[in-house]
Amino acid sequence: MAGLRPWEELPIGGAVEPDPALRPRTGGWRTGLRPQVDLDGCVNCLLCWVYCPDSAIRVVDGAFAGFDLDLCKGCEICAAVCPAETIAMVADDG
Amino acid sequence: MASVRTARLLTGSEAVANAMRQIDPDVVPIYPITPQTPIIERFTRFVADGETSTEIVNVESEHSAMSAAVGSALAGARTMTATSSQGLALMVEVIYIAAGMRAPIVMAVGNRALSAPINIHGDHSDGYLARDSGAIQLFAENAQEAYDLMVMAPRIAEHPDVLLPVLVGQDGFTITHSAEPVELLPDEAVRAFVGEYRIPAPLLDLSAPRSQGMFAMPDYYFELRHQIAAAMERAREVIEEVAAEYEELSGRRLSALEEYRLEDAERALVCMGSTAGTVKDVVDELRAEGERVGLLEVRSFRPLPIERIRAACSGCSEVAVLDRADTPGGVGALHAECAAILCGSRARVRGHVYGLGGRDLSPAEIRAVFAGAAPRYVGLRSAS
Amino acid sequence: MKEIRWHARAGQGAKTASQLYAAALLQAGKSVQAFPEYGPERRGAPMRAYTRFDERPIRRHDAVAMPDAVVVLEPSLLRDVDVEDGLREGGLVLVNAEGSANGYLAVPAERLAAGLGSRFVNLVMVGALAAALGEPSLEELQSAAAALLGAKVDPHALAAALAAGWEHVWRG
Repeated sequence: MAGLRPWEELPIGGAVEPDPALRPRTGGWRTGLRPQVDLDGCVNCLLCWVYCPDSAIRVVDGAFAGFDLDLCKGCEICAAVCPAETIAMVADDG
Repeated sequence: MASVRTARLLTGSEAVANAMRQIDPDVVPIYPITPQTPIIERFTRFVADGETSTEIVNVESEHSAMSAAVGSALAGARTMTATSSQGLALMVEVIYIAAGMRAPIVMAVGNRALSAPINIHGDHSDGYLARDSGAIQLFAENAQEAYDLMVMAPRIAEHPDVLLPVLVGQDGFTITHSAEPVELLPDEAVRAFVGEYRIPAPLLDLSAPRSQGMFAMPDYYFELRHQIAAAMERAREVIEEVAAEYEELSGRRLSALEEYRLEDAERALVCMGSTAGTVKDVVDELRAEGERVGLLEVRSFRPLPIERIRAACSGCSEVAVLDRADTPGGVGALHAECAAILCGSRARVRGHVYGLGGRDLSPAEIRAVFAGAAPRYVGLRSAS
Repeated sequence: MKEIRWHARAGQGAKTASQLYAAALLQAGKSVQAFPEYGPERRGAPMRAYTRFDERPIRRHDAVAMPDAVVVLEPSLLRDVDVEDGLREGGLVLVNAEGSANGYLAVPAERLAAGLGSRFVNLVMVGALAAALGEPSLEELQSAAAALLGAKVDPHALAAALAAGWEHVWRG
């Protein structure tokens, strides 16, 4: 187990601080679909951000700002919950 | 022992409820069970009368009580609860989690037998069930000690090098329902002694977000779980530091281990809880008859004061260990540990199981234990 | 050390009696212990309570096997319970009863309480016990009762019930 930290160096109780550099790339096993948005129809309700299980919705200054495909697994939840029906799932070309 | 002149007549339950009132915890998630119920009945009356600012969380089971306590303690609120017997059994799953997540919850326990058959009376089976959970476990000899240990408990639990749950046990009925002289410290003295609740990374500190309750694979589980063992080792010292500070405040020293007339003892008896008081009287009688006997009262079952037990018994040739819980198919837990600790010393270690389900242990039986004339199961009716 | 055993039915106030007697002795400078012994918990079931007191701190927590005195709050228990079980040689038995009861010291606590318009049979018996044993004083009992029960009950009523039992025994 080379490179793993000894017990003395681990956070108390295993409490983990967020570290973007270490985040798992859940997009690596995407389903073959990816979300696509028609921004003209977006009402900025951010329900997609609320429901996304993988933090794949980007928000900048409180506004919807697209998808993080490093994280998106293609689960289609954002498309299902979008009240403006402005998110569609399309074939993921890689 | 309280000076009777300044003491009030309180049951162990009332004594502990008063300690909780003085500590004024932020959150108390609770579910009732005999013989713990009087603790929380008395405490919730203090809350209803406005004597504390505690938020009581009425839950639907002890499992939920301990679960709520974990969330509350890690969120950043001083959290206490109480239970007994089946309630502690139901909590045990979550106590392991509380210890692993390093939640410094303080819990009063009215130690009681486990079913079946159903029995509401005192023994240590419930405490033994939580033995390896990672919770610190203290046993009081009487109502005064139950109060004292409860006041000490937050300081031990919340110490930055410890951060573990602390269970303060008192024998069901024998202490929880027994009224004795108890000296309470002034409210402000207790509040100053326990201080403000501080943990290193409260979940409600939004400036430093953290995730708690992580998953760990074989590459890290061992290391994270070992933190508990290391914290327990440190807790040995912390208990004595807090006990020394508490002695300055109260005049009473509650060490992890009390050596009673052991200085030149040939034969020692080891036990926990209310039985220790009765044994002290028997030791005095036997000493008056010229017998060199003494008592080793274990107040901290976890962490067990291993080195001190070894040192205290170094001069003894006979050590009898009393377990107030059975280990069917094995060796009594305290007996086995004392035997391991004293392995290689000149002491011959014997073990006895006694007092299950509230069965009385008489001074005559204690004399028989000292004399080496007691059976393994003391007080058991047997046809053979 | 002296040990008292109280016999009653659950709900008749034997636990309170055992604690009140202890509280008064505590005020008088004694070390004390008072504890109930329940079977299956239900009103009306026979139960016992105990009071211990001593000049020296009490450390023992074993059962009371050989009481110095026994107080029976409920005379119907004499049929079902051996109230003399373990009683020390020359020990005292007080029974809530009219006239004489098996040679025990009878205290008509029911009638004395009713005469005061109260139901505090247990307090009448506490007063009687203190007079029979010579401690604590009636004043110590009354002051302890006011402290222990005064928030719920008029202290004068408590004091009167204690005095009624005390005087009954005191006058012989």
